[in-house]
Amino acid sequence: MNRYPLWKYVLVGLALLFGLVYTLPNFFGESPAVQVSSAKATLKIDASTRERVASTLQAAGIANSGIFLDSNGVKVRLLTNDTQLQAKDILEKKFNPDSSDPQYVIALNLLSSSPQWLTKLHALPMYLGLDLRGGVHFLLQVDMPGALTKRLDSIGADLRTLLRDNNVRHAGIDREGERVVIRFRDQEKLSKGRLTLEENQPDLLLVEQGEGSDLKLVATLRPEAIKRIQDFALKQNITTLNNRINELGVAEPVIAQQGADRIVVQLPGVQDTAKAKDILGRTATLEIRMVEENPGAVEAALAGQVPFGSELYVERGGAPLLVKKQVVLTGDRLTDAQPGFDSQTREPAVHLTLDSPGARIFKDITRDNVGKRMAILLIEKNKGEVVTAPVIRAEIGGGRVQISGRMTTTEANDTALLLRAGSLAAPMEIIEERTIGPSLGAENIKKGFQSTMWGFVAIAVFMIAYYLLFGVVSVIALASNLLFLVALLSMLQATLTLPGIAAIALTLGMAIDANVLINERIREELRNGSSPQAAIHTGYERAFGTILDSNITTLIAGLALLMFGSGPVRGFAVVHCLGIMTSLFSAVVVSRALINLIYGRRRKLEALAIGQVWKPANAGSAAVN
Amino acid sequence: MEFFRISKDIPFMRHALVFNVISLLTFLLAVAFLFTRGLHLSVEFTGGTLVELHYTQTADLEKVRDGLGKAGYTDLSVQHFGSSQDVLVRLPLRADQNTARIGEAVIEALAVEAPGATLRRVEFVGPQVGRELAENGALALLVVIIGIVLYLSFRFEWRFSISAIIANLHDVVIILGFFAFFQWEFSLSVLAAVLAVLGYSVNESVVVFDRVRETFKKTRGLTTPQVLDHAITSTISRTMITHGSTQIMVLSMLIFGGETLYYFALALTIGICFGIYSSVLVASPLVMWLGVSREQFVRPKKKIEGANEDGAVV
Repeated sequence: MNRYPLWKYVLVGLALLFGLVYTLPNFFGESPAVQVSSAKATLKIDASTRERVASTLQAAGIANSGIFLDSNGVKVRLLTNDTQLQAKDILEKKFNPDSSDPQYVIALNLLSSSPQWLTKLHALPMYLGLDLRGGVHFLLQVDMPGALTKRLDSIGADLRTLLRDNNVRHAGIDREGERVVIRFRDQEKLSKGRLTLEENQPDLLLVEQGEGSDLKLVATLRPEAIKRIQDFALKQNITTLNNRINELGVAEPVIAQQGADRIVVQLPGVQDTAKAKDILGRTATLEIRMVEENPGAVEAALAGQVPFGSELYVERGGAPLLVKKQVVLTGDRLTDAQPGFDSQTREPAVHLTLDSPGARIFKDITRDNVGKRMAILLIEKNKGEVVTAPVIRAEIGGGRVQISGRMTTTEANDTALLLRAGSLAAPMEIIEERTIGPSLGAENIKKGFQSTMWGFVAIAVFMIAYYLLFGVVSVIALASNLLFLVALLSMLQATLTLPGIAAIALTLGMAIDANVLINERIREELRNGSSPQAAIHTGYERAFGTILDSNITTLIAGLALLMFGSGPVRGFAVVHCLGIMTSLFSAVVVSRALINLIYGRRRKLEALAIGQVWKPANAGSAAVN
Repeated sequence: MEFFRISKDIPFMRHALVFNVISLLTFLLAVAFLFTRGLHLSVEFTGGTLVELHYTQTADLEKVRDGLGKAGYTDLSVQHFGSSQDVLVRLPLRADQNTARIGEAVIEALAVEAPGATLRRVEFVGPQVGRELAENGALALLVVIIGIVLYLSFRFEWRFSISAIIANLHDVVIILGFFAFFQWEFSLSVLAAVLAVLGYSVNESVVVFDRVRETFKKTRGLTTPQVLDHAITSTISRTMITHGSTQIMVLSMLIFGGETLYYFALALTIGICFGIYSSVLVASPLVMWLGVSREQFVRPKKKIEGANEDGAVV
C-alpha cells in the first residue's frame, strides 16, 4: 500500500530536475557588461549594431566573453571591471560622436555568467530588488488637477482662435477654476458661438448663464474627456520620463504606472543618485505668454495690486515683469530643443522647434504683436521662472524659435536637455524615494543568505537527530522545497528583496511543520500498535487534512498581504504565497515518494527508523482505544 | 529521542479560568500600553526622511546632532544602526524642502562637525503615501480576519472560528503591546510579520480543533473538557517541535539578519511564543465556554440493521 504508481515517481523526478535547472543560474553569479541601446524611437538596434560593437571592441583590443542581442539592445560581457569602464568609454566615443545629441544609450550592466544553454531555456538568475543590488526608487504622483487646468488653458486659447476664424464676436474668454467662461454681448452672438463650439469642440459641455447684455457660455469638460486627458497625461509623463532616463544611461530602468495617477521609477545600479534625482525631480514645462505692458501696471503690481489676469515675475536680471496669465503656447507643441549660440551676439542660446499647429500659433502671435514683448517661462513645481522676455521684432514663421538672454553655456545645455526630453503633460511630485548604496545591497544579500543557511542547518540537525531516517527524508523534502521556490522565483523573474529572503527563511521554518505533523502521526500510529506499513499509510493520510487546513489559513494571510501590501511587504508576500504552494508539494508528495521508495517494497517490515517510539506504561490514556 | 512522554491527559481545562484571567490581564495591559504610549511608527507610516550614513571610524552621535542642528534641522532623531559606524538620521516632513537633495544636504551639513560620512541609503516618504500604507495595513488585517473566520466556519463550526480568531487577535494585540511598551520601531516589515503570525498561529488552533473533532467522533462518554484535554495533550509534542523549528529559523534571522530584519524577527518571536500559548490555552477554553459538544459533530445516522460502530455494513 505504500507504493506510488510509476508516473508519480516520474513527476517528482521531473519536478526536481526542473527545480535544479532553473535554480542553477543563481550559482554562476554575474559578470560586468556594457549595454548599448537606442536613445531614439526611430533608431533600431539590430544585428548590424552588434557587428559594429564587436568591431569597435576588436579594434580597441578589448577582450570580451560574448556579445548578445536582445530586445533591450546589445550586451557585451566583459572579463573585468576595468575593461568594462574602458569598453564603455570607447563605445561612447564611437556611437555618440556628438555628445550633445546622443543616439545611443551606453550603460554599465551586469550579465549572468551562466552558460548559453541555460540562457536559451530562459533560465535566468533571480531578479534582485533595489535593496539587494543598490539603486534608486521613486514614486511620483501626477498632479491631475494640474493637467486639467493646463488643458483648459489651452482650450481657452483654441476657442479664441476658433471664434475669431468663424467671425463670432465675444466679450472675453477666461478660465475660472475648472471651467472656461465665454462672455457675449447679445443672444444672437451667443447662439452663433454655441453652434460653432458644439460643432468643433465635442469634449465640452456648454451651459448658458447670465442675462441682458452680460451673457455667458460656461464650458466644462465632459467626464469621458477628463478621463482621456488624465490617461493621456500619465502616458505622456511616462514617455517623458523614459526619454529623460535614457539621457542618464541606465541599463534596466523600470518606469511603470501604479494605480490611477502614480508612476514608479526604479533605476538599479545607479551610482550618481544626485544627478538622477535632479533630472527626474525637475518637472519643468515651458510656457510662452505675453508681457503686460500697460504703463503703470508694474508699479501697481509692486505696490500689491496685481492687475486682473496678470502675474508678477522677476526676470533673471532681477527686474520685475508683469506677465499675462493667458498661455499662448505650451511645451506640448515642442518637438526639439538644442543648445547652441546666438548667431549674432554669440551668447549661449537654446534653439526650439515647434510642431505645425505650434508654428502657426507662434506665427500669428508674432505677427499681431510686433514691437511688444513675450515671456518664455519655465514652470517647475508650480513656480514659474522667466527664462527670457524678448521683444518681438518681426513675424517668426517656420516654427524655429531661439531663446537667449543672460544664460551660461551650462544653463543652456540643461534647459535644452530638460525641454528636449519632453515637457510633462502634468506636474509631478516625488512622494516616496529610496536610495540604496551598492555596498548596502551586497551586505543585505549576505545577511539574508546567512540567516537562511544557519536556520536551515539548525533545523536539519534537529530533525535528523529526532526523527532519524524520517528526519533525513523531511530535510530532503525541505531542501527540495527551497529548490522549487528559488526555481519558481527565477523563472517568474519576480523581484527578490530582503523581506523576500526573510520570507524564504520563514517559509522553510513553517514548512517543516507539515513533516513534523506527518512524523508525529506515524509515531502515534505505531504507539497505538499499528504495523509499520499501516502506520506510514495512515500517518500520511491523517496528517494531510490538517496540513491542508493550516496551509490555507497561512495562504489567506499571504494573499491579503499581496493585495494590500506595497513595496517591501509585497516582496515578502509574493515569496510567502509561492512558498506555501511549493511546501505543500514537497512536504507531502516528495517526502512520501522517498518513504515509499525506501520502505514500500519491504513486505516484512519490522520497524521504522523514526526515532524512539515511547509507549506509556498503562497502554493508552483514558481516551483513544 | 522523544521529548514528550505524557501518559495521562494533562487537565488543562481544569485551570481554564485561571488562564483566561491571565490572558485578559495581558491583553488589557497591552491595550493600555497601546493607548498611553502608542506605537513608534516608522517613516513609512508617518512620512519623513530616513538617511543612513556610514563612517569609517566610530561615529560621534552628538557631533552629528550638532551639525544637523546648526544646519537648521529640527525634531530629528540620530541613532546608531546596527554598528557604531553606522548612523541613522530621521527627519520629519517639512512643507517646502527639496526632497531631491536631502541626502546630499545632510552630508553637506555634517561636513564641518562630523566629516567623512558616506551615504548608504535615503528613504523619503510623502505624507499621502504614509496615510495610505496605514489604511492598507488595517485593511489587510481585516481581510485576513474575515478570510480566516469564513474558512474555519466552513471547515469546522462557527464556535471554532470565533475562538480561533479571538485567540489570535489576542496575540496580535500583545505583539503590538510589546512594540508600544518598548517603543520598538513599527515598520512595514513588522506589519508583514504580524500578519504572517496571524495566519501561522491559526494553524495551531486548526491542529488542536482537528483533534477535538476527531476525538468527538471516535470516542464516547467523555465530557467536553476531557476531549479538549486529550486533543491538546496528543498534539502538544507536534506543537512544541513545529514552533521550535520555526523559532530556530527566526532566531537565525534575529542573529544574522542585521538591523533591517531585527524587528521583523522580534515580532515573529513574540508571535510564535504567544501563538502556542493562545491557541492552546485561550482558544480551547473559549470553545468550551461557547458550548461545543459531541452532538455538533456526530450527525444522527439512519439506523441500519446490523451496522457496526462506524456505520459500515458487513
